[in-house]
Amino acid sequence: MSVPLPYYLALSAILFTIGVIGVLARRNVIVIFMSIELMLNSVNLTLVAFSAFLGDVAGQALVFFVMAVAAAEAAVGLAIVIAVYRNKQTVHVDDINILKW
Amino acid sequence: MAYEYVPLAVLLPFLGFLINGFLGRYLKREALIGSIASLMVGAGFVIGLTTLFELLAAPPESRTRIVELFPWISAGGLNVPVAYQVDPLSVTMLLIVTGVGFLIHVYAIGYMHGDPGFWRFFAYLNLFIFAMLNLVLADNFLLLFLGWEGVGLCSYLLIGFWYDRNFEKGTTGDAAKKAFIVNRIGDFGFLIGMFLIFSTFGSLRFQTVFAQAAAFEVGSPVILAITLALFFGATGKSAQIPLFVWLPDAMAGPTPVSALIHAATMVTAGVYMVARCSLLYALAPAALTVVAVIGACTAVFAATIGLVQNDIKKVLAYSTISQLGYMFLALGVGAFSAGIFHVMTHAFFKALLFLGAGSVIHAMHDEQDIQRMGGLKAHMPVTYWTFFIAALAIAGIFPLSGFFSKDEILWKAFSGGHGVLWAMGLAGAFMTAFYMFRLVVLTFEAEPRWGKDKHPHEAPSTMAVPLIILAVLSVVGGIAGIPASLGGGNAIEHWLEPVFRPALDKLGGTGHEDHTMELVLMAVSVSVALSGIWLARRWYLRKKEIPEALTARIPGIYRLLWNKYYVDEAYDGAIVTPLQKGSEKLLWKVVDVGVIDWLVNGSARAVGFVSRGLRLLQTGAAQSYVVVFILGVVAILGWLLVH
Amino acid sequence: MITEHILSILLALPLLGACAVMLLPRHSGAAVKITGLLFSGIAFALSVWMFVVFDEAQPAMQFVEYVSWIPALDIGYSVGIDGISLLLVVLTTFLTPIALLASWDSVKDRLKGFVALMLLLEVGTLGVFVALDLFLFYVFWEFMLIPMYFIIGIWGGADRVYAAVKFFLFTMAGSLLMLVAIIWLGYYASTLPGGHFTTNLLTLYSVAPGIPFAIQSWMFLAFTLSFAIKIPLFPLHTWLPDAHVQAPTAGSVILAGVLLKMGTYGLLRFSIPLFPDATFTYLPYLAILAVIGIVYGALVSWVQPDLKKLVAYSSVSHLGFVVLGLLALNEEGVQGGVLQMVNHGLSTGALFLLVGMIYDRRHTRMIKDYGGLARIMPVYATMFMIVMLSSVGLPGLNGFVGEFLILVGAFTSQVLGSPWYAVAGATGVILAAVYLLWSYQRVFFGRVENPDNKGLRDLSLREWCVLVPVIIVIGWIGVYPKTFLDKSAVATRSVVQRYEEGRRGDVRAVSGMQGTGAVQSGQSGNILAGTGAVRSGQSGSILAGTGAVRSGQSGSILAGTGAVQSGQAGSTLAGTGAVQSGQSGSTLAGTGAVQGGQPGSSMKGTGRTQTRQ
Repeated sequence: MSVPLPYYLALSAILFTIGVIGVLARRNVIVIFMSIELMLNSVNLTLVAFSAFLGDVAGQALVFFVMAVAAAEAAVGLAIVIAVYRNKQTVHVDDINILKW
Repeated sequence: MAYEYVPLAVLLPFLGFLINGFLGRYLKREALIGSIASLMVGAGFVIGLTTLFELLAAPPESRTRIVELFPWISAGGLNVPVAYQVDPLSVTMLLIVTGVGFLIHVYAIGYMHGDPGFWRFFAYLNLFIFAMLNLVLADNFLLLFLGWEGVGLCSYLLIGFWYDRNFEKGTTGDAAKKAFIVNRIGDFGFLIGMFLIFSTFGSLRFQTVFAQAAAFEVGSPVILAITLALFFGATGKSAQIPLFVWLPDAMAGPTPVSALIHAATMVTAGVYMVARCSLLYALAPAALTVVAVIGACTAVFAATIGLVQNDIKKVLAYSTISQLGYMFLALGVGAFSAGIFHVMTHAFFKALLFLGAGSVIHAMHDEQDIQRMGGLKAHMPVTYWTFFIAALAIAGIFPLSGFFSKDEILWKAFSGGHGVLWAMGLAGAFMTAFYMFRLVVLTFEAEPRWGKDKHPHEAPSTMAVPLIILAVLSVVGGIAGIPASLGGGNAIEHWLEPVFRPALDKLGGTGHEDHTMELVLMAVSVSVALSGIWLARRWYLRKKEIPEALTARIPGIYRLLWNKYYVDEAYDGAIVTPLQKGSEKLLWKVVDVGVIDWLVNGSARAVGFVSRGLRLLQTGAAQSYVVVFILGVVAILGWLLVH
Repeated sequence: MITEHILSILLALPLLGACAVMLLPRHSGAAVKITGLLFSGIAFALSVWMFVVFDEAQPAMQFVEYVSWIPALDIGYSVGIDGISLLLVVLTTFLTPIALLASWDSVKDRLKGFVALMLLLEVGTLGVFVALDLFLFYVFWEFMLIPMYFIIGIWGGADRVYAAVKFFLFTMAGSLLMLVAIIWLGYYASTLPGGHFTTNLLTLYSVAPGIPFAIQSWMFLAFTLSFAIKIPLFPLHTWLPDAHVQAPTAGSVILAGVLLKMGTYGLLRFSIPLFPDATFTYLPYLAILAVIGIVYGALVSWVQPDLKKLVAYSSVSHLGFVVLGLLALNEEGVQGGVLQMVNHGLSTGALFLLVGMIYDRRHTRMIKDYGGLARIMPVYATMFMIVMLSSVGLPGLNGFVGEFLILVGAFTSQVLGSPWYAVAGATGVILAAVYLLWSYQRVFFGRVENPDNKGLRDLSLREWCVLVPVIIVIGWIGVYPKTFLDKSAVATRSVVQRYEEGRRGDVRAVSGMQGTGAVQSGQSGNILAGTGAVRSGQSGSILAGTGAVRSGQSGSILAGTGAVQSGQAGSTLAGTGAVQSGQSGSTLAGTGAVQGGQPGSSMKGTGRTQTRQ
């Protein structure tokens, strides 16, 4: 293998961290969703890398599951965002605090 | 057997109470209501007489009978029936209560004429007789206590009979409540006495208790406790120091009530009870001393107050307290039958005095201040003469009944070695004669000091006849107790002897019978009484300026006596007001609301406080929740890695 | 048929009544009231019949029913009554129709709900008194909170929600600890050899006294806390004034008349017999609290401006008496306490009825708004006086009988050990007269000052029907209490006995149980092991005990230190100390005297050995 495993894992970690920071720090709901997707994809990368290095197909099979779930979750999430937008006219997460005490 | 009808004597007045209580309002005729009530009591008197004769026919040692009706309270070791004991003492009391009671019932028909609550009055009177008979005829302490409290209740109802009237600084209701509560304080002592009796003897029935008590030795501490506790109850019911304060206030009630309850019968209940427990008291000489000392002190104390009172009923009230003191003095020196003898004679002349006072009050349209009376003897001769006779009797002038009973007491005090007590009794006798005749003079003989609006007239026959009968009894009643020194057989002492024999045995014989000394003392007391009468007549008939000057010279003492030594005020300030204020300000406002409830609501407040803190976690912002997730995941992973 | 299931019928009737009422159309006011009255009236009739056929001489529970509910935990629908619960059941069924009748005119809003809730309340309270299974008891205990909460919270006075919530939370807080204790008890029963988790009361009676003191102490406190809140025992009483004042008349009557008794009943039925050692230890503290309650309740009652609050605080005082009587743990005291429970239900219930009547007319409970009522409403004044005197404890009326028995019991109690509790309690007698007479005077005597009082109507026929039955019973108990005392006498004796045996270490065992102290069994096949005396009445028993061991039947195998006795053939006995057997075939071995009554016995003994023909 030309690229050693740790590099894939490092990339994956970095992508995951960027995703986490994006979820925590960004205010726009769409951007938060993008960051969540980023996190999911970094996990996919890790899975594929291990699958290739260990020769176990299971990792790649799991990636398909993750991608399907990510797609479903993105669909539902965006649907909720549209519903909230129709009511509150904003996608700024700080303004969507109806469940506050 | 006649004695088996005794329960009927007790129940008939209760029946009268029910009839007049439920139907009285609809029975328009006063004569009917009054007759029903009087007849119920009269029937009791007749039953009492037949029982008396039956007992007289039996030999002296076997004059005790028990009539058991039904079991009352039975639990564990306590078995108390409703049962009556017929023996010389209870029959004597039965006759006094029903006899004098009957006369007063008849009198009241005239006195309460026109009162809208006429039927209610007689219902209460009958209820009273019922309770009083339970008291004197009971064969156990608990039934006695039922009667004891029952007469207290009737006293309350009758004192407050005119419930919307004022009385002195308060209302009749206040006077009634005071009577009940002060009595209740005494009852507390009675209850403790009963508990002690039950725990010592295992029973509350007289025969059982006294049979067992005979085996105790003199000076036993538990018997001392019992007798003192019971006596405390007696001071309440019989208005002795320290619980006498209700009796003067009880004068708020209609005069027949004062005559019946607060002179002749209810107040003698304490005397009866101590006499009944004579054996127990004989076993506790210290208690007997207490009884005698309190009796003597009360006799003198009350007499001093009576010297300066201006309300006709108040004078008689203090006189009653004083005479009750004499009865206890008698009991305390071991002269039990003398005490009962004085109960009997006192019932005659004190009831007569009160009824006579009622006649005066009635005639003077509810005027009770003797300073505003005078010269009534011309307008109401029957009242005057009967009152005069009663005054002579109470002063202890030979040969009226009061002389024999009072002298018996003084003699027994003296011959028992209680010189100081005898002297106090003698001083009391002087004061009694003095204030009684001050009353007689100012009310009937002195110059009239009433206005044109009063039209005094003699009492109607329903009122006058009982007066006359009582006057006759006051004169001849002494026959029952003519002492040996004067050639009599002292019938009443022998009659009551079987009841008091166990006690007298414990006390030891009185030893010598010094007839000469007795006659000397009799002469002393009669002359003391006569001098009291003379002084009163001189001062108030002819030389009014002497007492007035005397009053001006000792204003402090006069005020002290006139204000009854400020005892009521002392009790109020030391006990009643602090207790009430303390309950309101401290117990309720501070302890209950401030402390306990504050803690209870405080726990709710604490929960609220915590919730208000915790809810801040719910920011509503999804990102803060995500932060928490992540921290949690990191923590779990970290813990897993470490372990 | 009815007799066997009478308790279930009694529980079901009000439940059916509640359902029936809810099914009625909304605006049928009279029909709703009549239905309610009908069902509760039939329940009363049944309970009277039960009262009459009750066997006074039988100490065991009567009318027992058992249906297994949760077999894995030995939780069952187990009901039965003895003399004590009988009196309380009759009291409950007596007061409910009277309370319903009293609110005939005063509840107009949401009447259906009110009547249904009252009936449900009756179910709950009856269930508490008849339950013989701790779990069932707990269910009913909590169950009655709900209707009461709604009754106070919906039909109550101005501050009703506060009062209802306070009542609910306060009571429930205590009961939760009791639930823990119940579960713990059941668990404890399962830890014994041959035992299993159970909440059956009769089983636990034999098990619980054996619990080691440290644990028993906590269990006792958990149970008693819950009961103490209910009674209410000073200082846990502050929910009572608010609940009573804010509740509607019928609610107050049932609250004072029945609910408060659940606390004292629980004390008598559960705390004391289940945990005798702990009872003995904490008795002085409880007695002191009871006496404080008597005096404190009376003093605070004295200064209340609100008539209903005055009566509420008087309940604290009266129930202090009841607790004192129960804690005397002798027959007089407990009989007095039980009777006083009934008496208080009647007197204070009647007082609330009376206050309700005047409130219906004037809509104020403040004493200062009244005065001189005796002239305007003489019949009402008379009834009030009778009830007031009953509360004061006038001899001849019911209150005195109970109070006197309680005080005598407390005075002579070996368990309390000191007469001073009774002496202090007796001062309550004075104070009761003070606060009751003074309030009566301010309301009824004197002149009519307030013009609003002038035109008040005297009692209506319905109000007569509400009060007269109560007053009749008040008089009956006062003059001839034997009718009622006889019913509870045997039950009282067995409670006291159970306590005493529990204290000494005697335990009445059901098969397979183990106890410290004496173990007794009435059945065959038992295996009993105990320190202290062991006794068995049946064949096949195997008994082992330190102390005396006794068996009355053949086939027994007995081993014991101390005296061993057997009355039947085939027994095998081994014992240190005296060994005695009355039948042939016995095998005896013992140090000390050995005696056998028949030939064929083989005996071995150091000391004297004897065979008699």
